Amino acid sequence: MKKLTFTSVFSQLLLLLFVIAWIVPTFGLFISSLRDKDVLAISGWWTSFTTTEVNEIYRTKGKEDQIKEGDYYFIKSNLFDENQGKEIYRFGITSKNIDEYEVGETALFKDETEITVFENGDYFWKSKEEFKKKKGKRIFVSAKSPPSFTLDNYKEVLLKEGLGQAFLNTFAVALPATLIPLIICSYFAYALTWMKFYGRDLLLATIIASLVVPLQMCLIPVLTIYNDFGALFGVSAKSYPGIWMAHTGFGLASTTFLLWNFLKTLPSEMIEAARVDGATHYDTFIKIVVPLSIPSFASIFILQFLWVWNDLLVGLVFLDKHPSEIILTAKLKELLGSRGENWEILTTGAFVSMTVPLFIFFSLQRYFIRGLVAGSVKG
Amino acid sequence: MSIFSLAITVLVGVLFFVLFFHLSNFLLDYFRVKASKNFAFENSIRVIIFIAPAFIVLFVFIIYPVFETIRLSFYDKVGENFVGLFNYTWAINDPDFRRSIINNLGWLIVVPTLSTFFGLVIANLADRIWWGSIAKSIIFMPMAISFVGAGVIWKFMYDYRGPGDQQIGLLNAIAVALGFEPQAWLTIPLWNNLFLMAIMIWIQTGLALVIFSAALRSIPNETLDAARIDGASELKIFWSIIIPYLEQTILVIWTIITILVLKVFDIIYAMTNGQWQTEVLANLMYDWMFRGGGDSGRGSVLAFCILIGVIPILAWNLYRHKQEQKV
Repeated sequence: MKKLTFTSVFSQLLLLLFVIAWIVPTFGLFISSLRDKDVLAISGWWTSFTTTEVNEIYRTKGKEDQIKEGDYYFIKSNLFDENQGKEIYRFGITSKNIDEYEVGETALFKDETEITVFENGDYFWKSKEEFKKKKGKRIFVSAKSPPSFTLDNYKEVLLKEGLGQAFLNTFAVALPATLIPLIICSYFAYALTWMKFYGRDLLLATIIASLVVPLQMCLIPVLTIYNDFGALFGVSAKSYPGIWMAHTGFGLASTTFLLWNFLKTLPSEMIEAARVDGATHYDTFIKIVVPLSIPSFASIFILQFLWVWNDLLVGLVFLDKHPSEIILTAKLKELLGSRGENWEILTTGAFVSMTVPLFIFFSLQRYFIRGLVAGSVKG
Repeated sequence: MSIFSLAITVLVGVLFFVLFFHLSNFLLDYFRVKASKNFAFENSIRVIIFIAPAFIVLFVFIIYPVFETIRLSFYDKVGENFVGLFNYTWAINDPDFRRSIINNLGWLIVVPTLSTFFGLVIANLADRIWWGSIAKSIIFMPMAISFVGAGVIWKFMYDYRGPGDQQIGLLNAIAVALGFEPQAWLTIPLWNNLFLMAIMIWIQTGLALVIFSAALRSIPNETLDAARIDGASELKIFWSIIIPYLEQTILVIWTIITILVLKVFDIIYAMTNGQWQTEVLANLMYDWMFRGGGDSGRGSVLAFCILIGVIPILAWNLYRHKQEQKV
């Protein structure tokens, strides 16, 4: 155990400050996605851990629910639609005096009917004469609301808002858009490392230059090609294979570069020995290089998968906004526009879109970091 | 589409490429056994099989588009009539374009600097504290989140309610608790850029952090211990040993984040769409790709401006690569 010095205490506090600043935004989003939408709209998420006091208005049932007992007519029911765990402590019957009565007390309406409200929301409303109005009366209650969390928002966004379909669509984009570059780039990187051919150095330089070429430079011409292709064959210019190939193209340089970086660290004696024994390049690739490259494949897979999963721009340009094609990020952006004030939908939607990246992050963090580091610090 | 048809589509797409390589190599082997012992010929065919798919993709999606975009920047909105420098003069006189250039410069100065700085400080702190790896995980986590997701997270942080209402955005709640008026942060010109940059910094600090963490481990312990024995303070060690040692790494991280920042699109598009003077080049470019049926000339000029920004980095990368090849 190290001594507690001023420096170490100070460093711990400073680091703690950073951690809090970094985790709080995501945490707030997560908590909000689990809150009731009405509460979410009027109170900060940080209040959701404590019992809060709320003033609410409910309406009693009308004449259809009345029963006759002895000389009196009664309406007996509960103010809450469902049990929310709220505890009423005061109530009132006019908007001028919303907490006039203690729970359990009996309030007298102008029409000489009497109502008693209890802690759990049960009430009975008593009258000498038959109730004639269809609509009930307004009851004002002051209640204590305990912390409560619900998965309702998730049901809502996945089934009603179409995020469930967008989730599947994103998978249908991301899996091939990760596997295809991995397949073709592993052959490519192998050729760049172990095969001798004219123009190899130039090709390698092209890859390195392409690494930093901004995506924006490629969008217009590629879109034009797609439109022409679509018009020529009478198919839609926006399709899954189209976006797979676009992602393959835009991820090709980095995937090849990372693989090339890895492959050149393999001992050349091993490859040459295999070649001398009469193995073709194809055999060498499949039987020796691929098994040795599995860890770096994993890193590259994760990097490319996350990049495709989180991409918005390519998805916007090369896929339709139709429900059968829209991806999560595009859907989320759409919701930001159309449901900008419905925070229960936005927070939940954002969290749904984050589930897969976060799962990968927490389960495969080591490969993720290895890939990032390999891509930046060489050698 | 149902989950089933999506799965089939995915499977067919991936299998197509697997089978291409298997079948073509299989055929090559088959004819080799039958025919000649012409190794040179066989080898060149195999080279073609190995590189052709990747090269075609590279050509169609990167090489050709780069030159085509440069060409289109001298043509009109449908790319048919040569208009010389018209699109460029339009850009220089366009207030949105000027605003974008200024904003992009702001992003370029603030985001890489602060991300690198925070990453370096946190990597140093975390390496010396027993719960440091947990802290690193947490700070690294935003790297896994999409820019749009991060946009929602922060839009919620910046949410604004009128002065009388209870604030549900944390930033305004803090402002009110400290006795200030609540603000609609994203609509205050100039300052709102900083609030958008904060999102990028929040994400990219994690990148800087993990790379620095890996690099810090390569500093020999003897050097650090020697300095400590000589009575150097931790701050002194940080400035005089660690920083010089990490010079290369700092430069690399700086360039990675710089490239990302030049292309920044999602955050602006999702949060303000360039309103309240937050326009940046990439968002303006996307806008012109589709505005009024799309203007490929103007869009291309804007894309080209982004490319110009990365050219120094591109040249430096190529230079470094050449140096390495020599060794």
